[in-house]
This record gives sequence, structure tokens and C-alpha cells, in this order.
Amino acid sequence: MADPPGSLPDDLPHAVPDPPRRKRLPFVWILPVLVILITAAVVIQQRLAQGPTIDIYFESADGIEVDKTKIRYKDVDIGDVIDVHVAKDRKQVVITARIHNDASSYLVADTRFWAVRPRFAGGNISGLGTLVNGVYISVDVGRSNVERRTFQGLEVPPIVTSDLPGREFVLHADDIGSLTVGSGVFYRHIVAGQVVAYSLNPGGNGVTIKVFIDKPYDDFVTSATRFWQASGIDMSIDSDGVKLRTESLSSILEGGISFQALPGAQPPGAPANPPPAPVDSIFTLFIDRERAMRPPDTEVRSFVMYFKGSLRGLSVGAPVDLRGITIGEVKSLSVEYDRDGGDLRFPVQVDIFPQRIRGRNRRDHSQGSDEASETAGRALLDSLVAHGMRAELKTGSLLTGQKFVALDFHTEVPPDHVGWNAEPPVFPTTTTGGLDEIQDSVGSIAKKLDKVPFDQMTARLMTTMATLDETLKKADSLIGQFDGTIAPQINATLTEAQGALKNAKDALGQNAPLQTDLSSTLLELSRAAKSVSALVDYLDRHPESLLRGKPKDPP
Amino acid sequence: MTRFVTGRELGLMVCTRCRATVRAAVRATEPVSYGCPRCGARVHSRKPESLATTAALLATAALLYIPANLLPVMQTRSFMDIEDDTILSGVLTLIQEGEWPLALLVFVASIVVPLLKIVALGWLLLSLHRGWRGHVHAKSKLFRLVEYIGRWSMLDVFAISLLVALVQIRSLATIHVGLGALAFGAVVVLTMLAAQSFDERLIWDAETHG
Repeated sequence: MADPPGSLPDDLPHAVPDPPRRKRLPFVWILPVLVILITAAVVIQQRLAQGPTIDIYFESADGIEVDKTKIRYKDVDIGDVIDVHVAKDRKQVVITARIHNDASSYLVADTRFWAVRPRFAGGNISGLGTLVNGVYISVDVGRSNVERRTFQGLEVPPIVTSDLPGREFVLHADDIGSLTVGSGVFYRHIVAGQVVAYSLNPGGNGVTIKVFIDKPYDDFVTSATRFWQASGIDMSIDSDGVKLRTESLSSILEGGISFQALPGAQPPGAPANPPPAPVDSIFTLFIDRERAMRPPDTEVRSFVMYFKGSLRGLSVGAPVDLRGITIGEVKSLSVEYDRDGGDLRFPVQVDIFPQRIRGRNRRDHSQGSDEASETAGRALLDSLVAHGMRAELKTGSLLTGQKFVALDFHTEVPPDHVGWNAEPPVFPTTTTGGLDEIQDSVGSIAKKLDKVPFDQMTARLMTTMATLDETLKKADSLIGQFDGTIAPQINATLTEAQGALKNAKDALGQNAPLQTDLSSTLLELSRAAKSVSALVDYLDRHPESLLRGKPKDPP
Repeated sequence: MTRFVTGRELGLMVCTRCRATVRAAVRATEPVSYGCPRCGARVHSRKPESLATTAALLATAALLYIPANLLPVMQTRSFMDIEDDTILSGVLTLIQEGEWPLALLVFVASIVVPLLKIVALGWLLLSLHRGWRGHVHAKSKLFRLVEYIGRWSMLDVFAISLLVALVQIRSLATIHVGLGALAFGAVVVLTMLAAQSFDERLIWDAETHG
């Protein structure tokens, strides 16, 4: 079958006719339709899942980036920041965020937003992860049913999130002390809550502190509960000496609040455990535990006392003491010019709490009219002063030199009275004994000593000393002479005396010859005496024999 | 001008399977199908429904070209943040880093070439559909160029698949394939299929018949 090129062989096979198939849309046209359908589905789904957009106002947009910063609830992404711009009033920034559809129910009136950044507050370090991952906005979902789309962001993360069990209480204090948001609240030294917020009162005359007490402990907050500052180290130097009181270490670092029920505060017959105080109950925050635990002093009487002598050591808050019982405290110390006397006076204003004096059995009586109790009180005080009650400054602690006002009865004081005319009344004072007196005496002694002419005395003393020195020298030479000449003589004399005594001893000894001689001599003497006696007898009888001689013996 | 004769004009067809040349008269008016007497496969003088198939594939590619460029092709999750990159943002990043040649390469391969293919094929289809004459050689060359460069468009897809496989340092950085990469791959594949289904002979047929 070698055909020449250019021509076709005649026996080329014929194609077999195939029955034509039904004309149909080409299969490939499904593809674009499919793509369109899928795209549409994706777009619709995204639209549906997009959820609402919200505006959050912040002070600054530090670290917040469009499309990167997430909105997170419990560390789960629930939205993205889609826009950041400055508010129209240029005071804040507006962060617009798109929240996922399934989280749209979180957007209620009391939902809170805050930016999570690295924070070093007190002993707590938080948000470290944002150092590398970037800032995110955290959410605390509120409980309200009112929907909301515009929020004011918090600059500081909330301490307490809405899902934390417990209750909030409000404390009023004169100053914030070393407290800060996050400071612990302690119940018997157990961390029971935190300071959630604080603010200056509108008038500027105090602060309002909000505390949150965690679940089991909030039941201990009752109407009888007292709160006091447990900030750091509470070191007080007063007339009782040095006191050092601390709470836990963390409260030393960042301050804290303690609370406890006032012992014996509930009236008799009341249940042992008073009902817990309702949420947002208002309490007073005391400066220290002592003040907090004091029974409430509803009645206060002010007096002014003028003391002689320095007020150094007396401080505001120093106790007014009646034989060891504190019945009041020093309110203020000041200086005033007395026009009449042309002198400076130092008024000490004290507050006396009469309820402390009255005691329990008088409580019933005090329920009379105010005026009656007033006059009764005056009469009582007048009689007390008439009996010698005076105020005086006493040193409470020698270590610290702190003073207090002591009320006591003095017998040897000139009669005085309470100056009811002044406002506040003037209470009579005295100065007896005490360290001040000792100090004064020592002072006068020192003055007298000052007057002594020590210089002259010294000069004289010097001459006297010189004379004495000379005298002593002479005495010394005298003793030397004695040593040289007299002593040997004495020695010889003594030796001789010794010999003499020895001789005497020999002479007087038992077998000494002298003794023997003496004995025989005495014997002789005795015989002689006998002879004399016989002679005397004979002569008595024959006195003539003196003349005639002895007659001859008769034959 | 030399007269070129096609098999169709001579009443000849070639089986696309066994390459047997068979005789079959084609009357344009009645659509008759033929089978190969040797292997039984269908024989056509031209690819059946070539223009329609190409148009469909091209339309799909053109549709997918939009998400391919808008959606992120690559998601880099480093410990710093999550970064989504589209093809264009990748090119911009390369430019910012001073990698001009690489940026140009990616730009041409991933953005220009697919677009060029879609536009070129679309224009060819339109010109055949409308029976525009002239520039036959240019059209033919254009089609061959489209066919040739098709395979090189996958550069970006290759780069991404390499990165995804290599950068999987768990805590520091992981790279995930974005939806855009899928669309982009589909664009490339679809344009290649479109080019394949396009019967180049139709360009010349139009010239001689029209």
C-alpha cells in the first residue's frame, strides 16, 4: 500500500455512524454555577455570622490595632477591632469592634470592657502574655436585659467580675491611707475580699471605698461589723508605749482592711448571729482596730483645759484617763492670746464621753430629757470638782515621753470650779508630782549647783592638796627615820623583854628552883610563925620571963 | 496566498485514540456522530463543544480569580500574632523588604499570568464567536503562549506548600493554607483545562470559512 505522497488511498475506512446523542448542556457549565453558589453561600454565612458592631470609648488606644486586637470573653475571641478613631470631642478614642453573632447577647447595659495590658499592681503581675501577643480587650458580661451598643471602657481592669460570688459594701473613711484598688480585705487575717474602687466624696471631706467580700465571708458582715484600716505596719507610740501591729505580708505591702464583729454589740435577746448586712450597706472605716472596737460614743462633751508647762508629749488622740479608765481623748491643741492677762495660753480641748462614766446601771436614767441630764451632769461635775477633781498632765511612758490627761482627786488644791460660761467649758487643772515636778526639782537643783563657786573651790582645793602633799612627804620621812633607828631598838627591847619573860616563866614554872625555894622558905616561915606563936603564948602566961628569964623547970 | 487543505475539507477524520484516519463526510447542517471503525472510539473533525467548554471553564476561572486575590492564601501564626497574607500583600511585603526580583517574579507568576491567560483566552473565544478576522498568526501565537506558560503559574502554590510543610514550629510559628490558595490553585488548573479544551484549529477554520 505504498501510495505516493499527496494522494489519498481509496480504500480508507469509513467512520461508523454513531446515533446522535441527545443534545445536552455541557457538563462543564456546572462549574461556574457551583462557584457562584459556593461564593454566595460563604458571603451570606459571613454576613449572618458577622454580628453587631459596638463602639467602646477609651482614654487611649495604646496597643490597640485595627484587625489585630481581639475582643475576648474568658480568653475566647468574640470579636475584632475593626476601627480606631478619636472621638468627636477629642477627649477619648472610639474603638469600633465587630462582635460575633453568637456573642451578641453579651452586649447588655452593664457589660464592661477593658484593655488587657501588662500590669504590675501590688504583688500581682497580670497580662504578661500581652507583652508578646499584644493588647486585647476583655469583657465582663453584665446581667442586665437591656441591650446596648455603645460602652465606656474601663481604664483599670475590674477586680471583681460579675460572675464572682460575694457582695459589695461601702465604707466611709477620712482618708484612703495606703489602700488602693486590689488591697485585701481580711477577716481574722484570712483574705476575704478586695477593695474594688474608691472615690473622693463630692465635698472632698472624705473618701468612699467600695469593697467586695467573697462568698463565704460576706455572711460575716452584719450590722455589728466594724471595718478598720489594716494598712501596712501600724506602729503607734502613745502613752501606753510602742505598739506594732501588722496584718499579712501582702497587706504590709499594699495596705488592707480588716473587719470583725463588735464583741457584745448585739442587744440581749437578739439572735447570736445577726442577719448579714444587705448589699451596698454603708460602714465607717476606722483608723485602727482599737478605735473600731470601741463601743460607740454617741454623747460627747467638750472641755478646754489650760495647763501650766509644756504640752510636749501630748498629742491629739491622747487619752483622758480617770484613774486608769479612758473616758475621753484630746481633740486639739492650740495656742491663744489671752488679752486680759496679756499672756499666751495653751488650750487643750478634750472630748469626754459621759456614757463611759455612767456605766450600765445608769443607762436607764439617762433616758430622761436632754436638759435634765444636762443639768444633772453639770451638778455632778461641779460636785466632783468641789471635791478636788482636777486635770493634770501625766507621763504615760517614760520610754516615749508621751503624755495623757489624768483626772484625779487632789486634796491639797485651792478651790476651783468648772468655767461653764466659756464654750466649751473650762475644766480646772493642777500640777502635782509627776515627772514634770521631778524635772522641775532637778532643774532648780541644777540652778543652785550653778551658783556654787566651783572655780574658787577648786583653787583652794588645789592649795590644800599641795599642803597635804607636803605633810604626807614629811610623814613619809618620819616613817623612814622610824624604820632606820627606832625599829632596831624596838627589836632589841623586844628581844630583851622576851628573855625577861622567859626568865619569869622559868622562875614561875612548876619545877623551877625558885618555886622549890619559895616552898621551903614558906615552910620555914610557917615554922617561924609557929615558934613566934608559941613564944607569944608563953609570954602571955609568963610575962615576967622577959625580965627574969625562963624559970627552971621544976625538978 | 497558499491554500491550505484541512482533513475536514477532504472528508477525513483522525481517531483521537488510535490515530486511524477514516473517511467521513461532514455536513454542517446535520450533526452526525461517528465512531472509529478500528477502536470504536468517537471520532470528531473538531473537538466537540470546544468553545462552550472553554468558555465555561474560563468563566469559572475568572470567578475564582476574585477570591484567589482577595482571600488570604497563607496564614502565619507566630507567637506574636496571626497574620493573614493575600498574594498581593505577600508581594508588597517582599517589596518592603527590598526583594525586588522575587516580588516581580511572584507578581508576574501569580497575578499577571493567570489574568493574562483569562483575558487572552476570553479574547480568542470572543473573536471566534463573533467571527472576527485577521491576526490569525498572532492569535495562534497567543494561544500557544497561554498553553506554554500555564504550568508556571503554580509558583505561588508551590511556595506555600513548601512553607506549610517546613514552618511548623509549634509554639513559635505555624503556617496554614488559606482559602485563597485553594481558589488560586483552581484558577490555574481551570485555565489549563480551558486551554486544553480549546481547539486551536478553530482559529484557522474561522479564517478560511468566514
